[in-house]
Amino acid sequence: MNAGDGTGAALLRVRGLCKRYGDTTVVDDLSFSIAPGECLGVIGPNGAGKTTTIRMCLGLSAPDAGDIRYALDDTGSTLRMPQDAMAIKARLGVVSQLDTLDPDFSCAENLLVYGRYFGLRDGQIRQRIPELLEFASLSSKSASRPAELSGGMKRRLSLARALVNDPRLLLLDEPTTGLDPQARHLMWERLQQLLLQGKSILLTTHFMDEAERLCSRLLVLDHGRKIAEGRPRELIARHLEPDVVEVYGVGAGALMESPLRALAARVELSGETVFFYTQSAKALLDALAAWPQLRTLHRPANLEDLFLKLTGRQIREDA
Amino acid sequence: MTAGLGIWRAPQLSLRFWPVFLRNLLVWRKLAIPSLVGNIAEPLMWLVAFGYGLGALVGQVVVVGEAGSTQVPYILFLASGSICMSAMNAASFEALYSAFSRMHVQKTWDGIMNAPVRLDDIVLAEMLWAAFKAIFTVTAILGVMLALGISHSPKLLLAWPVLLGVGITFSSLALVVNALAKGYDFFTYYFTLFLTPMMFLSGIFFPLEQLPPLVRMVADWLPLSSAVELVRPLFLDQWPAKPLRHALVLLVYAVGGFWIALALTRKRFRG
Repeated sequence: MNAGDGTGAALLRVRGLCKRYGDTTVVDDLSFSIAPGECLGVIGPNGAGKTTTIRMCLGLSAPDAGDIRYALDDTGSTLRMPQDAMAIKARLGVVSQLDTLDPDFSCAENLLVYGRYFGLRDGQIRQRIPELLEFASLSSKSASRPAELSGGMKRRLSLARALVNDPRLLLLDEPTTGLDPQARHLMWERLQQLLLQGKSILLTTHFMDEAERLCSRLLVLDHGRKIAEGRPRELIARHLEPDVVEVYGVGAGALMESPLRALAARVELSGETVFFYTQSAKALLDALAAWPQLRTLHRPANLEDLFLKLTGRQIREDA
Repeated sequence: MTAGLGIWRAPQLSLRFWPVFLRNLLVWRKLAIPSLVGNIAEPLMWLVAFGYGLGALVGQVVVVGEAGSTQVPYILFLASGSICMSAMNAASFEALYSAFSRMHVQKTWDGIMNAPVRLDDIVLAEMLWAAFKAIFTVTAILGVMLALGISHSPKLLLAWPVLLGVGITFSSLALVVNALAKGYDFFTYYFTLFLTPMMFLSGIFFPLEQLPPLVRMVADWLPLSSAVELVRPLFLDQWPAKPLRHALVLLVYAVGGFWIALALTRKRFRG
């Protein structure tokens, strides 16, 4: 179907992955793969098993079942997690959900010290530091400590640190959570730059616009299970009507019982807002003119609609 | 893979511990001066105040050694014991408060484990780092003791590697507590219930010979007692009695402590 399902070329291939904590199954028979140059997005509500999956891919958590294989060098030789964990991690770049930057070190020292963990010589690392700092837009902050950096700068330093060993594949766990729009856009730009350089990315995120913008393919997880997989646009077309009309204002709820229902393929009430999902919004919008006190928003269906349709609108207990 | 041993499987150690040790060294170099004052000034104040102050009241102390009993000035008696206590304290503080900050508060260890470095190597690096802090402290204090003329025994050169062993032993033991800790408060138990009583039962401030037999039996198996039994004679230009026994006690505590610390740390990070 698409490159990610190819068997020979995948950089990472996960099959039948399971993880249980006591009676709770957090990852349930999960399979996926990442082809060279691909950006695979893993989306799902809190507690869906995204971080646990990444931890297992890093050998930090032992799966109860399943198989994790990497092919990260030119020879195409297969490395297995956790047996070959050290060889695999030598060729991976990782940004975890929480920054683990060294608070006592400057930006440049953070990169130097982290490079040493990969067995790189100081000379090699020092040569790369200016280029890494420039990539992170931190050239002027070389001597600053993390406490002097903004949230976005810290995340970019974490990303630069993950590139110190020039990895082919990056595993990024919610790289933009908590960032303001400017910082998020800069991060996206950098990730796109990496994809253009031919790197591959596995990315978990809560932001549907991020997933839609960056990811060539998406994996939707809920309760540890894969509930959908595909290209963002294809997924939307497969699961949703193309048009959405949101109606809100006093008395909007009454529309649920009105004949307008018949003009949409699907209608949902969330709080005081009614969502009409329809193949064509024209008739519906005309009919809504009879309710001038209600406010309407007409827009194309997006990934967020898909996400909410697949995983439900209710807030999770553990969220 | 783990053959059913789980967290108790053999330590998997490699040279990858070295960059982690270097990391700690680089941080310390930035903070060396204040840390030097804390590590060295305080034990020296104790030594001078008690050694000369109390020493004037106590006069000579009888030390029973391999070559029979010797009369020694109290300051020499105290110095030869308290140097072991300084090694113990320096190693314990580093492997508790500082290691816990890196492991739990700053998540430094999590960051390192995303690189090709095993948890086993991180624990080894922390253990050796705390021992290094101990030997650094001890070296500075020994220097001052030499300058004060407390002892000029050439055998002090041998006390140095022994004190490195003492540092290793106590950093290993402290890492067990570190692995179990939920917060800094937890370390108070270890200090109050283990280290402080041991200080008084290891012949640092007064000879063990005057203790009741039952207490002496316990004291005989404490790691700090063995440390003092090994180090004190070297200060007096004598050889320790039963050196192998005491070295073995320290070795058992060190190896056992490290193994348990590693197992419990693995358990902590397993998820």
